[in-house]
Parts: sequence; C-alpha cells; structure tokens
Amino acid sequence: MTHWIPLWLHRLSSPPTFYRFAGAVWPWAMGLALLAGAIGLYGALVLAPPDYQQGDAYRIIFIHVPSAWMSMFIYAVMGVASFVALVWRIKLAEVVAMQSAPIGAAFTFITLVTGSLWGKPMWGTWWTWDARLTSELVLLFLYLGVIGLYHAFEDRRQGARAAGFLAIIGVINVPIVHFSVNWWNTLHQGSTINVFGASKIAADMLWPLLVLTLATKLYYVASLCRRVRTDLLALEGGKDWVRTLAAREAAP
Amino acid sequence: MNLTSLHDFLAMGGYAAYVWPAYAVFLAVLLADSLAPTVRRRQVLRDLRAQLARQAARRARKGGATIPGTAPSPSAPPPRSA
Amino acid sequence: MNHPRLIHACKAMLWRDLTLAWRRRGDIAMPVLYALIVTMLFPFALGPEDTLLQRIAGGIVLVTVLLAMLLTLDAMFSSDIEDGSLEQLVLSPQPLALLLGMKILAHWLTTALPLIVIAPLLAAMLHLPNAVIPILLLALLLATPLLSLLGAVLVALTAGTRRSGMLLALMLLPLCMPAVIFAAGAVAAAQQGLPWLAPIAWLAAALVLAVVLAPLACAAALRIALDA
Repeated sequence: MTHWIPLWLHRLSSPPTFYRFAGAVWPWAMGLALLAGAIGLYGALVLAPPDYQQGDAYRIIFIHVPSAWMSMFIYAVMGVASFVALVWRIKLAEVVAMQSAPIGAAFTFITLVTGSLWGKPMWGTWWTWDARLTSELVLLFLYLGVIGLYHAFEDRRQGARAAGFLAIIGVINVPIVHFSVNWWNTLHQGSTINVFGASKIAADMLWPLLVLTLATKLYYVASLCRRVRTDLLALEGGKDWVRTLAAREAAP
Repeated sequence: MNLTSLHDFLAMGGYAAYVWPAYAVFLAVLLADSLAPTVRRRQVLRDLRAQLARQAARRARKGGATIPGTAPSPSAPPPRSA
Repeated sequence: MNHPRLIHACKAMLWRDLTLAWRRRGDIAMPVLYALIVTMLFPFALGPEDTLLQRIAGGIVLVTVLLAMLLTLDAMFSSDIEDGSLEQLVLSPQPLALLLGMKILAHWLTTALPLIVIAPLLAAMLHLPNAVIPILLLALLLATPLLSLLGAVLVALTAGTRRSGMLLALMLLPLCMPAVIFAAGAVAAAQQGLPWLAPIAWLAAALVLAVVLAPLACAAALRIALDA
C-alpha cells in the first residue's frame, strides 16, 4: 500500500529532517511573500483605478478576498492533515494541523473585520446575519474551538487527535461558506472571480488581487514552517537532535 | 493613477476611515502572527536548556558518575535515568 | 449477530442510565428551574409590553432550552469516567455506538423531555399565541435530540480533560446554529401565518442523519479521548 509513497516523502515526515527542510524553505517563502505583498499592495492602493460605483472604498477587496480564500484554504489543509494524523498517526501531520489553526483563525478574523469595515460604507451596516457572514463567523468559532480543545489536553498528541477530529467534523462548514451566496439570498455579493471562464472583474483590478492571493499563500507556508519547527522542538524535547540544537544555540 | 497628491491618496475618495483601518488590521494581525513563533521558540529553547542544566547538575551531585545508572555506593539508590 | 442479546444490552444500558438519573432526581429539576428563571427575566428586562414579548417569545424559549441542555451536557459521561465504567463500556463486545446511542437517549429523556413539558408554560409567560405552541413543541421535539446527539460527540471529545464548561459551549454553539435557525424559523413562520413545514422538514432530515451518524462519531471520539 505504501509503495506509491516516494522515499523523500517518508523521510520528510521525520521531525529532524522536516526541521531542516522547513528551516531552508521558510526564509525564501517569507521573502517572496513580502515581495509579492509589496507589489500587490502598490497595485491595490495606487495603480488600480477607483470603482465607478464604490469609489476608493472597494480597495478593501484586495485584502478581504485573499484573506477569505486563505481562511477556507487553511481549514481544508487542517482537515486533510487531521485526517492523515488520525488514520496513520503521523506526528508531523498532527503538528501541521494544530499549527495551521492559529494562522487560519487570524485570516478569518481579518476577513470578518475588513468585511465589516467595507460593509459599513457600502451596505450601511457593520454586520448582518446573512448566510455568508454567519458561516464565516462559525468558521472562526470552529478554529477557536480546535485551538481550545487542543490545549485542554495534557498529552499533546492525544489533544491533537481530539482537536483534529473536531476539525474534520467542521469541514462541512467550508463548502457552506463558499456556496452560501449561491444557495441563499444574501446581502453579500455573489462570486465575481471564476477559475474556469471569464471573471466579472476588470483586469487592472484583478492582477493585484491575484498577486496578493499568492502573497498570502506564501506567507502561510512561511508561517506554518516556523510554527511547525518550534512545535517540533517542544514535542521532541527529549531527543538528541533537539538537545544538541539547544546547546548549540546557547553557546554564543 | 491616484497619486495626484498625497492628500488625495490618503483621503481615499472620502472612505479613508474605512480603508486605512482595514489595511492596518491586515498588517497588524499578520505581524502579530509572524512574531508568535519567534517568542515561542525562545521560550521553548530556554526551558529546554534549563531542564538540561538541572539534569546535568543532578548527575554531578550524584558523586560525579558520568554513566547514568551507576551508583556511587551500594547503599545509595540508583540515579534516575535522564 | 445474536439479536436478542443486543436488544437486552441496549435495554439494560437505557434502564441503567434512567435508574441512575432517577436516584438523583433533584438534578432533573435543575435545568427546568434554570429555564423558568431565565424566561422570567426577559419581561423584567424588556418591559411587559405584549407585542414585543410575543415577537421574540419563540426565539427566547428555544435559546433558553438550548442553554439549559448545555448545562447538563457536561455531565453525560463524567460520572462514568470517574468510576471507570465508561472504559468497561468501550471494551464491551456490544457495538459501542449502539450503547452510546442508548446513553444519549437516556440523557435526552431526563433533561430535554422535562424542558419540553414546561415549554408551553414558558411560552405562555412570554405571551406566545396559543396556536403557535404546538409548532414550538414540534420544533423542540426535533431540535433537542439533535442537540443531545451533537453535544454527545463533543462531550466525548473532551472526556477526561481538565476543561471548563465554556470550551464545550464554544465548540457546540457554532455547530448547532443551523438547528436553532430552522427551529426558530418554523415558529416565526407559524406566528405570521406562513407555511412552516419546510424548516420542520429540514430539522427532521438533520435529526435522521444525526441519529445514524452521531453515535458512530461519538464512539470514535470516545476512543480518541480515552486512548491515553
């Protein structure tokens, strides 16, 4: 059954190997994220023309939409990693799942706050209980629940499995968030950007959006690498490779 | 292009009170998220080094035995393995 | 599968939990008293004006019942964990999901059913029109087992942890929002004279799904949580 898994993937799931790998990857990911972010933000704030209906207020879209996409993407990653962790008991999968949760919660929070700041001038209200907003709020509570449940256990591995189970139960919410604007009458607008086919957004507004989407994804990779590395140190504290590392970093 | 003047740019067509706080929240939250691993890593390594120091001190106290498991005298209890 | 034995096991499980609950029958009164007190607070807080109370009566009764059930959900497995009988249950030859289903049923019978019995009283205190009360009861009859089943899965996940009850609320409330929305929607529709069957049908469908899936999920969650 495991013959289709290449050796390098097997090796990568060993904590010291992944520690080194992530240590090499994250500076590049972060650097590219900052570069793409700078380009995207310049395009968003300066180059993109004002919208004929919403004026300059629409510029919130450039951070609201990528954050919303990340909130759902990270939850899906967390769900898949939890599934792998529960079925195959792979330590690294547990760590990836649990360390994704705070990053996902951060993006969900940004989505809700920037959405609210956009809604006030456009819809006249800071909040409404329509399907899209409510399901995104539920997503935030799911993230917080996963984080809270993980920390409620003395044994970290057991906590990761329990919280991973909760994450998997909550996966049902992700398609609800995504399709809520199609299934219900919502105040939130429908999708304007299509993967297959023409998008309803102008090209000079689309490119900063896509660049910032790339930037947030790269940031997630960088942040996840750093968090997983630190968590592996905490988890594997009794092992030799961690001790030599700790001793080496102490010696100035 | 919006750079007719810095003032116009900052005013964001009258929506400055909404656009700039939104961008500020975005950057502030991601900044906090990027600092968290650094803080935790320092804590973890500090705790680990302290634990190693305590274990080394305990081993040294047990009569300078370098091999864990060897007691300095038959009546003394064997030291706990690290 | 030896059918008579399975039935006996289920009946024994149900009877055991009901007997244990009866021995602490004072505890059954707690959520009922809580619901009564909370419902009484609303006229004090909002003023006794009939029209206002009428509009929100259905929602208040639903939320109050939900919160009252939340208080008792914690205790579903706690006494069994303490005396070790839950681990015996996990190790028993009968399917764990079925036995847990019986446990959940016993919990619903002892906590939700008294609340449903006093629900007409709560509704009357808030001046809900009499014609709407049957639909409120139907909505409660469908929503409360849904809450018990979903809550059982989450309580199983936290079994044996030193967690506060707030964590359970944090996890449970977002997941049972759809049930509350549909139940309240049915009552509101009935109150306005609109057709109310659709949200009730959704609730019933969700309940059927939960009856099948939740005991299985509960068993899996329990195995994860007890696997120390």
